[in-house]
Amino acid sequence: MAKTDEGRRRFIVSMAQNVAIATVGSLLWSAYVDEAKAAPLVLRPPGARKEDEFISLCIKCGLCVEACPYDTLMLAKPGDHKPLGTPYFIPREVPCYMCDDIPCVPPCPTGALDIDSVSEVKDGERIFDITKMRMGVAIVDIKNCIAYWGIQCDACYRACPLLDKAIYMEYRQNERTGKHAKLLPVVDPDYCTGCGLCEHACVTEIAAIKVLPRDVALGKVGKHYVKGWEKSDEARLHGSQGIETTVTPRSQKSPVDSLNEGIDFE
Amino acid sequence: MSRIWKKYRYLILRRLTQLTILALYLAGNYLGWKVLQGNLSSSVLFGTIPLADPYALLQIFATGAMVAADAIIGALIIALFYGIVGGRAFCSWVCPVNMVTDGANYLRRKFNLDKYERKWWASRNIRYWVMGLSFILSFLLGTAAFEMVSPVSITHRGIIFGMGFGWAMIVAIFLFDLFILKNGWCGHICPLGGFYSLLGRFNLVRVEHNQPNCTLCMRCKEVCPEKEVLFMVGKKSMQVKMGECTLCGRCVEVCDDDALYFRLRDFLDKGARDVS
Repeated sequence: MAKTDEGRRRFIVSMAQNVAIATVGSLLWSAYVDEAKAAPLVLRPPGARKEDEFISLCIKCGLCVEACPYDTLMLAKPGDHKPLGTPYFIPREVPCYMCDDIPCVPPCPTGALDIDSVSEVKDGERIFDITKMRMGVAIVDIKNCIAYWGIQCDACYRACPLLDKAIYMEYRQNERTGKHAKLLPVVDPDYCTGCGLCEHACVTEIAAIKVLPRDVALGKVGKHYVKGWEKSDEARLHGSQGIETTVTPRSQKSPVDSLNEGIDFE
Repeated sequence: MSRIWKKYRYLILRRLTQLTILALYLAGNYLGWKVLQGNLSSSVLFGTIPLADPYALLQIFATGAMVAADAIIGALIIALFYGIVGGRAFCSWVCPVNMVTDGANYLRRKFNLDKYERKWWASRNIRYWVMGLSFILSFLLGTAAFEMVSPVSITHRGIIFGMGFGWAMIVAIFLFDLFILKNGWCGHICPLGGFYSLLGRFNLVRVEHNQPNCTLCMRCKEVCPEKEVLFMVGKKSMQVKMGECTLCGRCVEVCDDDALYFRLRDFLDKGARDVS
């Protein structure tokens, strides 16, 4: 009797030990991986899917890196503080030159780089369109951009492969001198691919125009704003039920009545 | 000279294979050779044939992602190859970490560390637990969990694409195997080795033991990185069936008595042939 009890205890305790080792191990492991995969500022290769899909699909083979003729793409090494082994680029060092044939995307074996997002199949032939890629979006720091000081500089504008679309120049009077014009670079996120040629070309010590991931840089209006002056947007109101009001016990009476009534603390 | 060849033939061939594969990948990246491009996670052979690590792919599946056809075909090719040849042939003939852990093991023997070191017991089944956990964590975290920490990938990718602080991982594994646990990484923990052990259960290439020739010198067990697979040595004639055998051939070449050799799988195997 006492012997079986001893045996049972031994069994239960050793099971508990194994479970504990596995739990401690997996907690440490998942804590590391969860932190290590979060890199909101990393810029991915052309055609990359959304970051959370990309990070689960990428097999870290480096075939995109090898295909890049400009050595733009790199695989994250330990110490780069990016998700280990995944491809990324730093536009200030080497930007993406937007090759017409996009050599980096087709080699991807897992589809982490989505070929359909940067090409179309027409008559059985795949036609690439690099301008469809959205790796990021350029953002101008208007305090440190010398064009905004009134000094003539259009380095980013000239560098942009989608000149006058992704970056255009806006005229403004220079109120300091009163007689000159300022030519200000402005980015249109609808066209900007995030190639980073502007950031690479920027003449200031630290680039005053930078590529950031679109999720980080761009805002979102929300669906309750409607552009009444645009037919397509106005059409969203079609079939709507009018204004929806939130109803709470307090809002059943008029605001004045509700306020005059005071608060019942009972 | 011929004696050296006889004693080290498989070791020399293995190092040549490992280094040639590394060199071809390096040439793929730096010289643009189209023999082997990519790395051990996924590659392209001769510019056309896709290859992929089936274990990495299973982790990606565990995240819930659907993978493009190239990777699936590549993983099937690799799984088929190692399934036929013997799963852990990857470990001893291809994996770059093998050179690190073999080095640690060599020093262990050379300085007789086994005799003096404090010993920890660890189950050789840890790798299967790690493998199981890697699938669960991949599912929970949405990324291939072992690929985020894999010393195999870090080493191989590091050699081809730049090492960064990856050397720290190599040093850690070397020290772990040298001073903490014998055959610690490859023989106990590495889930990739565990995966290939399972894959190689039904392989064709096997080590065979011929008991009557055995003089019980036990040199084979001394060099074997998975010595539990050689349980039959000196006891009965049979083939090594356990998937954990890495097919490194060290036991074959250290045996002076022709009691161990490579054979094709014996399909008519009627269990052990006891020799009285």
